[in-house]
Amino acid sequence: MVGLTDEEKRMRDGAEGDAVAAAMDLLIRYADALGAERLCETRNVAGTTTQPSPAKEKLVAEGGWAKAFSVISLDCDDDLEIPPMRVPTCQLQHGFGEDARGIMPYPGHKIDLQAEAESFASSRGVNVLATCTPYQVGNLPTYGEHVAWMESSAVVYANSVLGARTNCEGGASTGAASLTGRIPCWGNHHRENRYGTHLIETTLAPDGFQDWGMLGYFAGDVVQEERPVVIGELGSPDLADLKHFGAAAASSGGVEMYHLPGRTPDAPTLEAAFGGRAIPEPIRYGEAERRAVYESLNSIGDSEDVDFVLLGCPHASLEQVGRVARALEGRTLSSGCELWLMTPRALRTVADRNGWTETIRRAGGRVLTDSCPAMSRVAPEGTRVFATDSAKQAHYLPAILGIEAWFGTLEDCVDAAVTGRWRGSLGKAAR
Amino acid sequence: MTAAGVLLHGRGIVPGRVVGEALVSRETISGWGGIDPATGTIIERRHELFGVCFTGKVLVFPGAKGSSGWSGFFQSTRLLGTAPLAMVFTRLTTKAALGAIVTRVPAITDFDDDPVARITTGDLVEVDADHGLVRVLRR
Repeated sequence: MVGLTDEEKRMRDGAEGDAVAAAMDLLIRYADALGAERLCETRNVAGTTTQPSPAKEKLVAEGGWAKAFSVISLDCDDDLEIPPMRVPTCQLQHGFGEDARGIMPYPGHKIDLQAEAESFASSRGVNVLATCTPYQVGNLPTYGEHVAWMESSAVVYANSVLGARTNCEGGASTGAASLTGRIPCWGNHHRENRYGTHLIETTLAPDGFQDWGMLGYFAGDVVQEERPVVIGELGSPDLADLKHFGAAAASSGGVEMYHLPGRTPDAPTLEAAFGGRAIPEPIRYGEAERRAVYESLNSIGDSEDVDFVLLGCPHASLEQVGRVARALEGRTLSSGCELWLMTPRALRTVADRNGWTETIRRAGGRVLTDSCPAMSRVAPEGTRVFATDSAKQAHYLPAILGIEAWFGTLEDCVDAAVTGRWRGSLGKAAR
Repeated sequence: MTAAGVLLHGRGIVPGRVVGEALVSRETISGWGGIDPATGTIIERRHELFGVCFTGKVLVFPGAKGSSGWSGFFQSTRLLGTAPLAMVFTRLTTKAALGAIVTRVPAITDFDDDPVARITTGDLVEVDADHGLVRVLRR
């Protein structure tokens, strides 16, 4: 049984109200299932409460948003009054942003539901950052801080790149954490569970985020839920490189933590990455492995007529938005093709100032915020074949939408949007 | 040992006792993007159980993979009436543990032997999560 402090017992027993008691009850059941000995205090929660899933829509129709929060975010069937969040809590991406209105086939009533959900969350003190990358718009935990985050690509970034400590939480555990400031102290919260388990040696120098995405997809497939340590000529990966590496590793496997010795904070050296334990034999990632990943990501379907290009997953960084604008400068999309670039609303504001949004709009593309077509389960009407620069979307979207996928560089994808044809190919790797 | 009579010992994490038909996945399962809660079906195209429905089955699998939406998607199967009858899995993670809790079906993990290797799809199994036992009744 999980040990509780006096304050946690008071919360469990209802001193802070029924919703907090329900939250503690869920955390206790969850901690006991995990075998956690205690809970950790946290003051940074990233969760999702606004996505209008079919189940949530049904609950809202029955009893409103408080009912939906009780059932979905606290796993409690009672219709509870939901108090303000106890600790700073942000909202992750949802399916539809206000800017989706009018874009077929985004259903208007879903956008309305989303807006209601957002009002409910805001009224309880949730910061509606509305992005899968809260670290890009101001939610940056400090090194070693215990946080309660969901969204697999954000979790792997928080653990590996920022050195914060979080497990891959879910809707109910983040809901409960937001009302209690507690989360089971288990797994990644303990230093001894954060050391590397597998060594991957790349003989290639990853060149840009497409390469980093493929390397991450390989690493996730090899280690599944464990922790890869990658060595080789890694250069100086930037935010987009590491964002794509982690997102891909969390898609092909369930990676929540990785180390790049000399680059990520828990691994100043190779020895530190393994915590002084024996360093395993390296698993090689070379030209053949890189090609195999590329072919696997491009194995679904065969039509080269592209209807839809999706860029920015996880949500595009400012640099990526600028790169898309440069690639589209003075060009016009093929009449049979749509291009959507997904980014946080906060970054879109900067992109507007830089003139990039207008450049993309003039070419016929759309910059969409807050949302994600995999969350909304919507692509432009009639889409049969899409192209993406995200290994994660190439992995998930064919299953979610039943469409064919091409995976390539940002520039390959922009070319496909302009010509309506996929002509991407895997260039030779560096070294 | 014949298949019927196989007895596995684990740790119950959601209480309850059920008897039902096993559906065994040798591969880990994605929740978000891997299942359709409306139909209780595996939709990940590369998955060995692509197109197979788990509703009312004892789902035996190595563990969860992919998005943190795992628990929410399995929670949706409960709310939409398409949930598995029980969950029997080997690798304990936050996704699988929380997913089992919010699906509210009997669930067992931390086994002394590998249920994925010892149980076959179609076996009639008893899941006693109060005592952490899985027994193959009939193959």
